[in-house]
Amino acid sequence: MNMLTLQHGLPYVVVAVGLLIVMVGISIKRTHLVAAALTMLTLIAGIAAHVPTLNVLESGGLDVDGLVRLDGIGVFFNLLFLATSSLTVLLGYRYLETNLRYREEFYLLLLTLTFGAMCLPIATHYVSLLLGLEIVSISLYAMIAYPDKVRPPLEAALKYLILSGIGSTTILFGMALNYAAVGSMAFGTGELTFEVAANDAYFIIGQVFIWSGIAFKLSLVPFHIWTPDVYEGAPALVTGLLATISKGAVFAVVMRYAVESDLLTEPSVFLVVSLIAVLSMIVGNLLALLQKNLKRLLAYSSIAHMGYLLITLLMINSAQPAVAFETLMLYVAGYFLMTIAAFGLITVTSYSADRELNRVTDLEGLFWTRPALAATMTATVLSLAGIPLTIGFIAKFYLFTAGIEGELWLLVWSLIIGSAIGIYYYLRLVFAMTKAPENDESISWTGMITGVGTLSAIGLAIVVLGIYPAPLIDFIQGMIAVSGI
Amino acid sequence: MSNILLLILLMLGAGVVAWLSERIDTRLPKWVSLISFALATLWIVLLWSSGADPKTGLYAAQHFDWIPRFGISVILEVDALSLMLIALTTFLGIVAVISSWTETSERYGFFQFNILWVMAGVVGVFSSFDLFLFFFFWEVMLIPMYFLIAIWGHEDRSYAAMKFFLFTQISGLLLLVAIVALVWVNYGATGNLTFAYGELVGTAIDPVFARLLMLGFFIAFITKLPSVPVHTWLPDAHTQAPTAGSVILAGILLKTGGYGIVRFVVTLFPEASADFWAIGMSLGVVSILYGGYMAYSQSDFKRLVAYSSIAHMGFVLVGVYAFNDLGMQGAIITMIAHGFSTAALFMMAGALQERLHSREMTDMGGLWVRAPRMGAVTMFFVVASVGMPGLGNFIGEFLVLIGAFQKNVTLTVLAAIGVVVAAVYGLSLMQRSFQGTPNPDITEIQDFGFRELGIMVLLMIALIWLGVYPQHVLALSESVLPTLGIAS
Repeated sequence: MNMLTLQHGLPYVVVAVGLLIVMVGISIKRTHLVAAALTMLTLIAGIAAHVPTLNVLESGGLDVDGLVRLDGIGVFFNLLFLATSSLTVLLGYRYLETNLRYREEFYLLLLTLTFGAMCLPIATHYVSLLLGLEIVSISLYAMIAYPDKVRPPLEAALKYLILSGIGSTTILFGMALNYAAVGSMAFGTGELTFEVAANDAYFIIGQVFIWSGIAFKLSLVPFHIWTPDVYEGAPALVTGLLATISKGAVFAVVMRYAVESDLLTEPSVFLVVSLIAVLSMIVGNLLALLQKNLKRLLAYSSIAHMGYLLITLLMINSAQPAVAFETLMLYVAGYFLMTIAAFGLITVTSYSADRELNRVTDLEGLFWTRPALAATMTATVLSLAGIPLTIGFIAKFYLFTAGIEGELWLLVWSLIIGSAIGIYYYLRLVFAMTKAPENDESISWTGMITGVGTLSAIGLAIVVLGIYPAPLIDFIQGMIAVSGI
Repeated sequence: MSNILLLILLMLGAGVVAWLSERIDTRLPKWVSLISFALATLWIVLLWSSGADPKTGLYAAQHFDWIPRFGISVILEVDALSLMLIALTTFLGIVAVISSWTETSERYGFFQFNILWVMAGVVGVFSSFDLFLFFFFWEVMLIPMYFLIAIWGHEDRSYAAMKFFLFTQISGLLLLVAIVALVWVNYGATGNLTFAYGELVGTAIDPVFARLLMLGFFIAFITKLPSVPVHTWLPDAHTQAPTAGSVILAGILLKTGGYGIVRFVVTLFPEASADFWAIGMSLGVVSILYGGYMAYSQSDFKRLVAYSSIAHMGFVLVGVYAFNDLGMQGAIITMIAHGFSTAALFMMAGALQERLHSREMTDMGGLWVRAPRMGAVTMFFVVASVGMPGLGNFIGEFLVLIGAFQKNVTLTVLAAIGVVVAAVYGLSLMQRSFQGTPNPDITEIQDFGFRELGIMVLLMIALIWLGVYPQHVLALSESVLPTLGIAS
């Protein structure tokens, strides 16, 4: 029998201890560099701590008190979150240095966010789900409002606070109703089987509430209205986290919920989720067409991508859960890379500007003034559009195979139409970059090395994994293999 | 010489070198590019002369795993059809570089980078025998082409580049879905997940579903060819593209569409395609007549040539859907001859634009007096394009018509009218630009120099060789007919 040992929870211990050290460090003496370095160290140690965890997980996953399930899937997502946070530190250091007075607490919030996110992919119980969800949301409220001298972030934070709060409450209420119907808070519906519960009014209303709340968190149509405003208002660095870690973590837990509870075998639930997916793909892409602000454009594009991702959820009826998880993990990994790169670009180009360079017109001439950044951005944009040579294409290819294998033709057509619309607005970004620059102002490159270097590395990863994805696929399959799914 | 992957990688590498060499000297990139294409052409000539493997009929073959998760491999093979088209590609690479020798005024490095990358992608398209790999190259060649139009194009380049990309991408998505669906049907039937062309040929598909899949392939390929009704991107893209872009677009990219139909549509879905002959052939005939009619109504030199391309590519469709050896061989020869003649005409359009800063034929007239060498060259390629016996285009179109005649007389007669229409717009082009009253505004125009004349003479030789002694090419195209589902 598999016993819970220190190795199982080591990453969580490491991140929590690192969090405390950073907190104590800040209260003793404020030093930006030290805080950043300690955070970075914590994140790297967190990544390294997964090696012993993986060793003990070889015999399959481990259920802990029915609250969480430690397995390879959790490890994969945790590694993704830790890596994303490390990249954020690298991209954001210079931004925080030049733009803000109090910088150190940002790292604290980053670590709590990461910790909260790490709780979600392992959750198998409503309690652990809610715990992770709230740690993530609360960290994000503060991070969005972090720049203290300007108004938009505050407005965005307030908006996010209220709406995300409503989302959480909705989920909570749905859970309560479900508990009333089923008598268990575990994802697997406990002693009562789903078939029995399916006719229960409490159960159905509870499900409606839960899925609405989840759609809120994932900004799926028709619960997407907050997304562009919050994306635009938040500093690009934080928007990147909002678009990646918070979405990825929620998706991971929703996937586990869907697999364990077997809910999607119910035709009505399946139909509703399908409709949400189709609407998100089409509406997200259509609205993105009209945007002049890069962050709003990316907001709508992320809505569409979340719609694409729902296909992975809907395929669990027709495919092995392992294949669904594999598709999800690959797509999320690709999506993380592209999204960090896109928002990272805004952060990096805005280092020394007096306002955030987040309009599409701000990209003009980038090809000739900063070729390295433009090349990265081109790879990113093409990847978002799902064009070959990039990881985005491999991800979309996975979805196509999933949709065709499961004969989900409505979703496949939406995916095609959505991608077709998407090409138009993504390409506009590339075209803006190729325009001749208006004036050849000299750009200060000092202190941009970490930012530009990190971005270039991400761009390279997008292309290399797009051409040779086999290592990533093998890794994901390896992680699923030790999960016993 | 048989390592095609190495050739593709070298072309990609040469692109990077060309881009970087700009920092040393702005004249270096075009030399790097020219030398690369010359070497690539030499490579292909050596491959050609080394002969095919008598057992398989392949000049080169490579096979290794790429993404085993989906049964995707890198399968690069060169048979006679691929060989001819790759040879055309590398040769027109030289033409493209030379035609834009003095045209680009800035960003020389990135320009040559894009040219080399398009061509590398096209070589990949012509040699991929794994459908995933094929799709990969199919899309990869579009991005540098997009840049060529969007950055170095003329006044309306943004619109043209966007239209080009949207058309080809959206049809590409259909192709992707059709490919994946075909693979899954095969997987369901045999339990073997593979994208290899050789194993997918002969997949048993439900007839109705087969038609749908065939349409997915067909639409993607006729968009690229292009045929009516999905041709509207072409006149814009051609008119706005820089000269090298037009040469590549007309000379080679259109051929990838024809190649796709010849190679994949007919062999992967033999029954569905056979049932489809009337529609395929009719689309070809409509393209011939409509393209010819539209060409005649243009006043823009480049636009006229662009519409004439639609008409010529219509012959390819007619030839393929005749489903006999003559039609198929005619289609293949038409593709090659059209590559030479249209490349030359676009180069001429570029040369005129460079000198007159206009593509409008109303700004021309009587140019022969001022530039006799340009006049003579234009005359040659116009009559070639019209289909004068003794030149390559004639052989192609003639074979297509004979082949089609055996299938359907009415459609063949209509297609033959297209040849007459071609004479009308071709001679009108000549008349309005080079003959007639000399335009008084043009006092001096620099005639062709050694560089331009040299490359034109090479193209002329190619067309004459194809027209007078087509046996080389006919023998090659005949040798691949059995693999294309045509019993000869």
